[in-house]
Amino acid sequence: MKIVFTSKGQDLDAMMDPRFGRAEFLILYDEESESHIVFDNSESGRAAHGAGPLTAQKVYALKPDAIVTGNGPGEKAAATLKIANINMYVGAGNMAVGEALQAFQQGKLEKIEL
Amino acid sequence: MNIVIASGKGGTGKTTLATNLASYLALTHKVVLSDLDVEEPNSALFINGEQKQQTDKFKMIPKWNGECTACGICQEVCAYNAILQLGTHIILHAQLCHSCYACSELCPIDALPMEPVQMGVMSEIKTPVMDLIESKLNVGEEQAVPLIKETTEFIQAQYPDPVIKIYDAPPGTSCPVIEAVKTADYVILITEPTPFGLHDMSLMVGVVRDMKKPFGVVINRYGVGNDDVLDYCKKENIDVIARIPNEREIAETYSRGELLFEKFPKVKSALQNIEQHLFSLEIGVRA
Repeated sequence: MKIVFTSKGQDLDAMMDPRFGRAEFLILYDEESESHIVFDNSESGRAAHGAGPLTAQKVYALKPDAIVTGNGPGEKAAATLKIANINMYVGAGNMAVGEALQAFQQGKLEKIEL
Repeated sequence: MNIVIASGKGGTGKTTLATNLASYLALTHKVVLSDLDVEEPNSALFINGEQKQQTDKFKMIPKWNGECTACGICQEVCAYNAILQLGTHIILHAQLCHSCYACSELCPIDALPMEPVQMGVMSEIKTPVMDLIESKLNVGEEQAVPLIKETTEFIQAQYPDPVIKIYDAPPGTSCPVIEAVKTADYVILITEPTPFGLHDMSLMVGVVRDMKKPFGVVINRYGVGNDDVLDYCKKENIDVIARIPNEREIAETYSRGELLFEKFPKVKSALQNIEQHLFSLEIGVRA
């Protein structure tokens, strides 16, 4: 399974970014190879409007099976992700990315309805 | 003559000044007052008039017809992330759209025709002495600029000079204020003599200077705070054209939705100062 994490840094020790649309980085983790790729998301952070849909679009392009974040998406990002048919898990805002991965694998994160 | 009343900071007296100045000038001139704070217009609370007409106002938004070649141009050209392409599926976030037509014009298969979407209403209110034009944005609508533009264009066409046009601008210094100020021959910046009032007024001074609009300052609630606004205006060579004193009775009268200038000679004399100043400028038409 491939999972996208919203993060403040570029490795699994970094803290999660609780924000979806304006998350600083997106980390794509592949459970099969246990490796990850980092994507800079600062363009969305600088957007005056529409940061949520813009990030949702980027996530869509990564074709993950799930997204793990903190607060959850806004209305417009949610509408985009719903059409993209990607599951979102929230409540990992205060964890490191590695901890969030563990919590996700143990089924401890809440899946939200988009 | 187009007079825009703006402030930067909210709650400094834009509506107080706009309604009183318009009503006072209407005693001797043809006047139209317009409330451009379309997100929450309130000038009508102070003007006893009769609504003559209400008109729906529309903005143009693209509508996807379901076809897509996945070329990605629409998403690329949208500066506001209002349109997203997921495979061959297009998602439109109408609230982010600024009606620029780029996606619609550039779509190779014309799959994004523009269509009108109602965004608010414009009311025409008449009193025995003047007209009030008030526009109101629908709840949930995010873009104030298109409705402000529609309203100022209507007024320009409907009330040519020598009608004196007084515009009550929205607060702040962002796009809606810029749209309101565009129309101005002269801008009155109303502030209060407090650190917040000065700070936000100085931002607004930057805006009107960038836009090359002549302007002057009216100090409301004069007597509270400190002299920093006066010192700033002196240093920046800005005309302080009137002062409205800080008095509890004035605030009470305002809170009852009543006009001030008939009851308070000091307010009337402030309006006279503004009138003299406006007619001494080489901007307008003496009626």
